Amino acid sequence: MRQLLLMPVLALLTSMAWAVIETYEFSSLENESRYHRLSQELRCPKCQNQNIADSNAPIARDLRALLHRQLEAGASDEEILTFMVERYGEFVRYRPAVNQQTAVLWIFPAAAVAIGLLVLIIHLRRRQRVPRQPEPSETELAGLRAALAESSGAGKE
Amino acid sequence: MGRLRLFVPLVGFALLAVLLFRGLSLDPTALPSALLDKPFPAFTLPTLASNTPRGRDDIIKGPALVNVWATWCYSCRVEHPFLVELADRGIPIVGLNYKDEPTKARQWLVDLGNPYSDNISDTEGVLGLDLGVYGAPETYVVDASGNVRYRHVGVLDSAVWESELSRFFSREAAP
Repeated sequence: MRQLLLMPVLALLTSMAWAVIETYEFSSLENESRYHRLSQELRCPKCQNQNIADSNAPIARDLRALLHRQLEAGASDEEILTFMVERYGEFVRYRPAVNQQTAVLWIFPAAAVAIGLLVLIIHLRRRQRVPRQPEPSETELAGLRAALAESSGAGKE
Repeated sequence: MGRLRLFVPLVGFALLAVLLFRGLSLDPTALPSALLDKPFPAFTLPTLASNTPRGRDDIIKGPALVNVWATWCYSCRVEHPFLVELADRGIPIVGLNYKDEPTKARQWLVDLGNPYSDNISDTEGVLGLDLGVYGAPETYVVDASGNVRYRHVGVLDSAVWESELSRFFSREAAP
């Protein structure tokens, strides 16, 4: 029974399998979860599309060790990120601070959605404004009825 | 007006083509140093020549190049002859022996020649970390007031020297 209960727990653990396997001892569970969060937010300067948690590059290994040391020394998230940015630039964060250099990154997605909405609204309005077909006049209706009567009469025979 | 609107996709395509074409000649891995126009980080480290720790102002007297190298780094072997040539032309080069074994590094200098005025021995990569080094070779330009002015990542050859670094040494480098 106990083994059965353990199974879902073990299944959850497998999701970490893609990360680099390393063993660090943490003084608290909180530090450990902060380590995982920060190592996934910090970007490896060498292999630029990986975070330091995934990367096997020597520099990523060094940065993980450094992150672990700083966490255990009691540094706050803010302090650690500032330390990294001072050395490796805003580039090292996957969520860079908003400043002149990174403004485009932050604003562009929202601007693209806004422009898309605007185009959509204009398009829909235009379509509404297209004039409807004029109502058929009395004589036209009379003609149509006559034609209908004729064809349905023919169909009955 | 109706006719002109037909050209909107073409103009859009042209703009995108220009943008993407420019992207072809950009180097996405080029990363300016975070220390640009800031002082070279202070340190107290031994050199390859002696175990007595020495400080920044004692070793780096700009304008000078600071070249990050190691014996495990293949590209460093490739760029080494050009560093020797630069040193012969009178360009001061300080070596930063990065995460290396001093014995191997000394042998390297005996075998291949020594272009460096001094070699900081950073076996743990402490200074490398403060400097934002993420792989060897890297070459930094430090100016007369001790500020980092440029970083080149990768092999330093005559093309890189002419296009990126020589401007910082206009007087000394005059052939």
